[in-house]
Amino acid sequence: MTAPTNTTAESVAAHESSVEEAHAALAGGRPWQRYTLLAVGLVVALALPWFIYPPVAMDIAAMALFAIALDILLGYTGLLSFGHAAFWGTSAYTTGLVAIHFGVPFPLAVLAGAVVAMLLALPIGYLSVRRSGIYFAMVTLAFAQMVYFVGYQWSSLTGGENGLQSVPTNFFGIELIETDSFYFYYAALPIIILGMWIAWRIVHSPFGRVIVAIRDNAPRARALGYDVEKYKVMAFVLSAGLAGLAGGVFAISHGFVALPDLHWTTSGEVVLITVLGGIGTLWGGVVGAFIIVIMSDQLASSGFEGIGIITGTVFVIVVLLFRRGIWGTVRHLWLQRQARRGAKRSSSA
Amino acid sequence: MNAVLQYTVQGLAAGSFYALAALGLAIIFGVLGVVNFAHGAFYMLGAVTAAVLLDTLGLNLWWGLLVVPVLMFFFGVVIERLFVKWLLQLDPLYNFLLTFGLTLLLVDLVKRRYGVSGLPYQRPDVVQGRIELLGVGLPRYQLFVLVFSIVVCLVVWLLMTRTRIGMIVRASTEKPDLARALGINVGRWVTPIFGFGVALAGLAGVLAAPFRAITADMGSNFVIILFAVVVIGGLGSIVGAVVAGYLVGLVEAFGQAYASTFAQILIFVLMAVVVLVRPAGLFGREEAA
Repeated sequence: MTAPTNTTAESVAAHESSVEEAHAALAGGRPWQRYTLLAVGLVVALALPWFIYPPVAMDIAAMALFAIALDILLGYTGLLSFGHAAFWGTSAYTTGLVAIHFGVPFPLAVLAGAVVAMLLALPIGYLSVRRSGIYFAMVTLAFAQMVYFVGYQWSSLTGGENGLQSVPTNFFGIELIETDSFYFYYAALPIIILGMWIAWRIVHSPFGRVIVAIRDNAPRARALGYDVEKYKVMAFVLSAGLAGLAGGVFAISHGFVALPDLHWTTSGEVVLITVLGGIGTLWGGVVGAFIIVIMSDQLASSGFEGIGIITGTVFVIVVLLFRRGIWGTVRHLWLQRQARRGAKRSSSA
Repeated sequence: MNAVLQYTVQGLAAGSFYALAALGLAIIFGVLGVVNFAHGAFYMLGAVTAAVLLDTLGLNLWWGLLVVPVLMFFFGVVIERLFVKWLLQLDPLYNFLLTFGLTLLLVDLVKRRYGVSGLPYQRPDVVQGRIELLGVGLPRYQLFVLVFSIVVCLVVWLLMTRTRIGMIVRASTEKPDLARALGINVGRWVTPIFGFGVALAGLAGVLAAPFRAITADMGSNFVIILFAVVVIGGLGSIVGAVVAGYLVGLVEAFGQAYASTFAQILIFVLMAVVVLVRPAGLFGREEAA
């Protein structure tokens, strides 16, 4: 029967992408596979605004980085943050305010946003890592809602329910970029790619190995002398910073910041994207963002109200049947094929 | 002094909704190990069902308080059988995510069917108006909600402490392995317990129907505060959930009265303090992480 226990439960990421598989993926397979993937990704990113309305393409890029930022926590540290809207939104507001009041080029404003998001993540992370598992999700969720109410009440700064209107795009007076969303995309894309590169570096660094070790077996990591809480807080702050980069670009691209950017529904959306794409994969965030943003855009423009019916159903199906997510499933099949091939070769030899 | 009494009643009445719903959340978590994100959606469904029953069949509040929890119980049973049970063996985060998906689905289904503006709800005459108490006019309905919720919590407490089912539930909550070793079929109680927890959320919804705006979104902030409530009370603790529920209601009422800007924020500050000083919650035990 369905006798539940907490003791037999494994960490989300460790359970699905069985540990060896994750490690094989960390090692990255053969270099040519990795570079082919990177090249394909870059070409798609560069070609995107030719095929998709540029502001939507920008949304995809920003959400992809947001999901990758979350994946550093969920997939690699084993912590589900259900409050990442706090960092996305805080950075969006900061970026908007800096752009409005100081008129600096937008990458500087975005950077300021990311820094403030990291500063906010420090106390929230410090408090939240005192609990793990499901508690961590609930505590981050509650703190993010606190940030939301601060944004709601502090209307002299944030504009309250009206949001932050007319955020300018300043870019050294180059008019084409400042006014045309097509060219803006190419000016902002480097920020997104920089963020993704940082995420890749984090995951593949010695630090990245430590957080994976903590995810798989925290007591053992502690016994080996790693300060588990400190590493978790560091991962949390780094993740918040990347989420901040994404939120800042989003704010500039839209030209306004609204309260929903801070609301838990935004946190939920990025969790949805990450899980749909596949946790512990990084690439999954890109795939998930692509699907969800395009689907939302199509549904909204066709006048369908109640997008939650679709996304909710998709999410329930993914959690019940495809817990590896899209990228995780593809990677799993690929690695299985590799393994079969390898076995055949060794048996024939 | 008058104002203090008034805010106390108001806070305890608001806390009644939290206490009842948090009680359901705590019982489900205790036995299934599931943090039910959809609890806010079930609360909303309780209120919407009460409004629809009143509108179509003319069933008033009293009938609603009787019928809706039964309907919600069976709804919970169906949800558990169809979805939740498949993930019980895995990390509890999966059921958290699953119930999050269900929330999106349920809220937007209700939104499509009944729109975004609130449904009307007429409360019975008996609970209209005010009662004079110590020279203060207190709304009858708030007093009714308070008394009713305390009675329900007491009944649940008696069920838990005085009956065999309650003993099994407590044993399964506190020492599931030991309970199983003693020959108790813990798994058999999983589905009805989930239904029972959902019914409590629905009951809170019916009580809130004459008191709050009945919209598809009424559960979306409610569930977050509910999480704060169980974190404050200690997630494994049934008593903690109830006490923290009333406490948060009081914080909210007095916050709104004396520092309206910070009313919502105060609850989360309280939670932060509890997490800092006593991570397991006021009534929780340390190992319940």
